[in-house]
Amino acid sequence: MKALSHTRQALSRRQFLTAAGGITFVITASSLVPRSLFGESPDQPVSGEDKSINAWVHISPDGKITIYNPAAEMGQGSMTALPVLVAEEMDADWSMVQIEYSPIEPSVYGAGGRRGGGRMMTVGSWAVSGYFDNLRHAGAQVRYVLLANAAEKWEVPVESLTTEPGVVVHEASGKRMTYGEIASFARIPDEIPEIPMEKMKSPDRFRLIGKVMPRYDIPAKTDGSAQFAMDVVLPDMVYGVIARAPVNGARPELLNEQDLRKMPGVVDVVLLEYGVGIVTESIETAFSAQNKIQINWTGSPKAEGHNSEADLETYPGLLDRREGRFNRIAENGDAEDGLNTAARTYTFDYRNDYVYHAQMEPLNAVVALSPDGQSADVWAGTQAPDGARSAAARALGLDRSRVNFHPCYLGGGFGRRSMSDYVEEAAILAKAVKKPLKLIWTREDDVQYGAFRPMSLQRMQAGVDQSGNLTAWKHQIVGTGGGLLASGAENPYYTIPNLRIEVLNVDHGVRTKHWRAVGHGPNKYAIEAFIDEIALGEGRDPYAFRRELMKNSPRALKVLDKVAKMSDWDARPREGRARGMAFAERSGSLAGGVCEISVDRESGQIRVHHFWVAIDGGTIVQPDNARAQTEGCIVMGLSSVLTERITFVDGKVQQSNFNDYEILRIADAPESIEVEFIPSTEDPAGLGEAGLPVVGGAVANAFRALTGKRLLHMPFTPDRVLEVLNG
Amino acid sequence: MKITFKLNGKTVQVEAPSDASLLWTLRERLELTGTKFGCGAALCGACTVHLDGIPTRACITPLSMVSRRSVTTIEGLSEDQSHPLQKAWVEAQVPQCGYCQSGQIMQAAALLENTKNPSREQIVAYMNGVICRCGTYTRIIKAIEMAAKER
Ligand code: FES
Ligand code: FES
Repeated sequence: MKALSHTRQALSRRQFLTAAGGITFVITASSLVPRSLFGESPDQPVSGEDKSINAWVHISPDGKITIYNPAAEMGQGSMTALPVLVAEEMDADWSMVQIEYSPIEPSVYGAGGRRGGGRMMTVGSWAVSGYFDNLRHAGAQVRYVLLANAAEKWEVPVESLTTEPGVVVHEASGKRMTYGEIASFARIPDEIPEIPMEKMKSPDRFRLIGKVMPRYDIPAKTDGSAQFAMDVVLPDMVYGVIARAPVNGARPELLNEQDLRKMPGVVDVVLLEYGVGIVTESIETAFSAQNKIQINWTGSPKAEGHNSEADLETYPGLLDRREGRFNRIAENGDAEDGLNTAARTYTFDYRNDYVYHAQMEPLNAVVALSPDGQSADVWAGTQAPDGARSAAARALGLDRSRVNFHPCYLGGGFGRRSMSDYVEEAAILAKAVKKPLKLIWTREDDVQYGAFRPMSLQRMQAGVDQSGNLTAWKHQIVGTGGGLLASGAENPYYTIPNLRIEVLNVDHGVRTKHWRAVGHGPNKYAIEAFIDEIALGEGRDPYAFRRELMKNSPRALKVLDKVAKMSDWDARPREGRARGMAFAERSGSLAGGVCEISVDRESGQIRVHHFWVAIDGGTIVQPDNARAQTEGCIVMGLSSVLTERITFVDGKVQQSNFNDYEILRIADAPESIEVEFIPSTEDPAGLGEAGLPVVGGAVANAFRALTGKRLLHMPFTPDRVLEVLNG
Repeated sequence: MKITFKLNGKTVQVEAPSDASLLWTLRERLELTGTKFGCGAALCGACTVHLDGIPTRACITPLSMVSRRSVTTIEGLSEDQSHPLQKAWVEAQVPQCGYCQSGQIMQAAALLENTKNPSREQIVAYMNGVICRCGTYTRIIKAIEMAAKER
């Protein structure tokens, strides 16, 4: 094939695949045909050279195009956005596209660069940015093959052909051939070249990227048919629940095993290192048996001594005494000297409590071992399907290739579902009883054995020169949660000559985990509230003051100016209301936020009326979905800023369900959330979390403007607000 | 125990333990899994169904209570996603993770049965028991207003 000979980077192996009813082609490694097509295990060993293989698209002679989605769908819309990238470059007719989960094979379906092969994890808002090059390139290769086949058939040079959605066109003769028609005779050439960047579509030719289009998963989410792991029902399935250690690290000594076993409907009692599992015939029996488990918890786990409110109050002393190992994460100039020589200095401590993920679908998984025990099927909603499958395999004593993993929709992830503990537990119980098993965490389990966004204290210190320029900045973070604490502490978009940022990790022995935008929530709150503090202290408008700090960051300035304009920053809000502004970066996106609030001085309730957000997220692949994500970020952000807190007493989580761990309800949502994106042709950045980090600072700053008082401890519960108002 | 009731217009009979709840019977015994488990304690609304037309939290409703009564679940709201709320939900692109949305739609459907043109305040008051962690509230209000208009 002449047209295909100018190869630079060749694909190594490919093949025709003959399926019943006609020839179809799959651009893929010989052994990596997704299982859903051919009923084969997708888990054949992959040799190194297969890395460059395009395994993303299947075209049937009837024109149906299947695109394989490698990302978790937890409401963030990746299962639409990623296939859009492929469809764009192959010029597919979107109405012919169906989407299936890709096999769990990171070497082929992992994210990262042009070739992929990185991790298969949906975290940190990087699904779209991580797959952008890879999937567009895959789509371009598919288009290339279709063009080459049409050229050969028509005996015309490939350069004389163009495509319209789903059709190859030879303009000179007016001939047209659909992708389905081509698929019926197509040969996959021995060599599929890499498509150079300049041969990919320029943004002005995008038909799908950047267009408002409906999400693929939404119709099934309006009639109850969308399948979550919780919804899997298998014949002869039994149910598992686990009583887990109330104090992290405690060991169970089961006191009433015999009584439990005698309960009607109890199938088995399974001892775990950190809990006791009960397997039952009905789910109701599982819950009642769980309540009857009597355990003597032993050991002296570290967490036992943790009293979160008191421990938080030890943090300032640790800083005063410089006790412990400080981890310096950023240094610029000489912060100490800058503070010592400043004309005026500022210092404040900001605090935040633990928060819980509260994803609507409590953790759960379904595991079915084959009758011979040599393989298993696992259903789970997970952000880390590869890790979850490996965890299940380990627990079952199987090679991971023997575990068929069925990704399900996630009823929320927010970081919690990047852990695989619940999948592993289901596997342990299923192995014990050798029956298909659904493991369910009750909401109480989910709260009490949660893994939380860390509690922390942020000590902010700043110095300004005679003319009020910010010259020195010192930000110290103390908390429990190691690396989770640092995220978002840096802000390279503010120019500050002397700066130091340090983290002091204090291990309380409790479970902490990424939570939508992680440390950005607390860190940006502290930074942005402090910036307002300095601005007001220097008699400056917070917007003008930020503009000055951003003088070397045109991209950030644009975002800030945009949100100022959207919210009509200079106009006076009506009586009894005030506005606050904040800026944050997350996963490459820049966000400016302004909110308008009022406060009920009787109850201490803060009411957020409006929120304006401007974001530069690079190329926006799915504008309406990006907007929805930002709306969600504001609401979830407000929830964490206004009400959410987990507290520990003697290592025990004090909250258990939505009565004592309240999350924002519709009545407390802002009346409006306006979102605008800065037009951009840069590569996409992450948008699943970008709106959230501005919320704390914006609300605190609005409160400061309204009342002259400071909110120094998140969440800003009515009690705390009253204390501040009356204090 | 054996319980007979009307489910989405059809009479069904189920055999279930005496402590069976409506929620888990729908989900695990009748395999109508659109009704969700979120809290088990009438705090989140994910399990909302209609019991004789009244929005009801299935998680705290003993199965025995629905004997000879009529239950409608999300699966019974329409045959083909044609209920004005379902159409509005797609139009406004409401769901994110989707887990709360059966409850949201069932609660909203009951609202529209009683109140043809609900004000924003009425919507908010009526919907306040159904939590959405993904934060789709502004779109829920918009979609309910759209559906009310269409009806
Ligand atoms: S599950 Fe019934 S109200 Fe939450
Ligand atoms: S859409 Fe996820 S909880 Fe409502």
